[in-house]
Amino acid sequence: MGELAAFLILSALILIPAVIVVTSRNIVRAALSLVPTFLGVTGFYIMLQAEFVAGIQVLIYAGAITVLILFVIMLTEGGSGTMVRQVTGQVPLGAMAAIWLAFLILVVLSRTTWPTARGQLPQYSVQAIGTAFLTNYVLIFEVTSLVLLISLVGAIVIARREE
Amino acid sequence: MPEPVSFFREILKAIGLAVVVFTFLAVVGAMYGVYFERKISGWIQARIGPKHVGPYGLLQTIADTVKLLQKEHITPRRADALIFNTAPLIVAVAALLDWVVIPFGKEFGRVLIVRDINIGVLYFAAMASITVIGILAAGWASNNKYALLGGLRAASQMISYEIPLALGILWVVMIAGTLSTVGIVEAQRGGWFLFKVPPLGLLAAVLFLAAATAEVNRVPFDLPEAESELVAGYFAEYTGMRFALFQLGEYGEMFGMAALASVLFLGGWLEPNLPAWLWVALGLSALGVAAFVRFSALRTVYLLRPIMALAVLGAVLSAVMALGISTGRAPVLPSLIWFFAKMFALVFFLMWMRWTYPRLRLDQLLNLSWKVLLPVGLVNLLLTGFLLTVAR
Repeated sequence: MGELAAFLILSALILIPAVIVVTSRNIVRAALSLVPTFLGVTGFYIMLQAEFVAGIQVLIYAGAITVLILFVIMLTEGGSGTMVRQVTGQVPLGAMAAIWLAFLILVVLSRTTWPTARGQLPQYSVQAIGTAFLTNYVLIFEVTSLVLLISLVGAIVIARREE
Repeated sequence: MPEPVSFFREILKAIGLAVVVFTFLAVVGAMYGVYFERKISGWIQARIGPKHVGPYGLLQTIADTVKLLQKEHITPRRADALIFNTAPLIVAVAALLDWVVIPFGKEFGRVLIVRDINIGVLYFAAMASITVIGILAAGWASNNKYALLGGLRAASQMISYEIPLALGILWVVMIAGTLSTVGIVEAQRGGWFLFKVPPLGLLAAVLFLAAATAEVNRVPFDLPEAESELVAGYFAEYTGMRFALFQLGEYGEMFGMAALASVLFLGGWLEPNLPAWLWVALGLSALGVAAFVRFSALRTVYLLRPIMALAVLGAVLSAVMALGISTGRAPVLPSLIWFFAKMFALVFFLMWMRWTYPRLRLDQLLNLSWKVLLPVGLVNLLLTGFLLTVAR
């Protein structure tokens, strides 16, 4: 019972601000509405007993990504405080595409047989994640860090050129 | 795995603990934090500080709080009212949530902690990073250029210093092998992490404290609220209790950082494991310092008063410890006293820093983070990792 209640509350916490993110005409409000969404997803991670991922989710998404988005909005001239048009003249077309996509997703979800085998959860997921990153998934891990490094260097190069 | 839990009871327990922690923060953290700050700043600037309300001015902040509670709450006309009124709550709640993972001591056979979660220190860092959203939102929603500038400065500063903070925490996690705060304290039974792998432990502690000072926006890193250039920074437009909530958040976070630093590096609630003669030596040297200040020409120097007071306190503590050990009692003082002694020593240190050093410039601040603390932290981690692997 409690799990269902938690799921429903968290779903509302994720979905209502998510709707605000896309519909709000105030861009700062839209960006701030991301925070409850991210925190709700954190709640799901905790329900799945993935504490480490939950902590990282708060630290990176709520604490850093949102702040970065807000920071960019506030530094952009005329970016904050202005009312942004969120809807174009193509509402019917977009609505059709959305409904079609929702239908497709529902069909796929209902036809998939979900493997619900009971595996053994690691007692301490931090260690398991660390080991996995440096053994089985070391290539992906290193390539990701390389991509991040390249984007970092690229950002510096672009910023330098403007001087 | 999880035994069936009564959700109703868990929720009641959570509410009760939240009330306890909030009361503790509001009274010890904010009210007496402000009182100590004013008293210590008075000492350092050769004045007396609050003294009229109550004995030694002890009731001054209570009077101030009552005054703030009665004040009118003003929302500026062009402000974004919803965000404006929510922002102080975010800051206060984030500071409150920090305290979930702080272990206060070990009494009656159990650890006094709200919840010992196995990602403890990661959780702490995550909650500390939430604060900046509240600050940024407050700065923007006030519709005031000073507030906005303060908010932007806070964002750039806190994002930059989160990384050295995490590196300092990571060093401890590497040595302790666990993220749980209770586990970290238990791992220090052999000796404080401050003196582990010298001088790398000290380096990590300095890194952590510098980053923590910047995270809680205190001098020398108080650019977001630099009163001489930004009026008051991000909370310039706030009045009454909402302003007090910002103060509560700030002091709550500062006490939280001091508590975490004492858990990470000073062994938390554990009693230092020193022989009796060392305690006697410590006490005598502290007494010597106090006597020197008291009976030389230095007694007229107000600046040395706090040092004298601290030396006397240290001497009393050492005397109690030496007596206790020589009469053969294993833990001489209760663990709660040790935790609070360490935490308040660190709080005092932070306040001392605040009233001693001038404010950094913004570029100096960012350079310090990215060009000094970050490389030092990374090299520290690398060296420690190397040593740990070699030692294994």
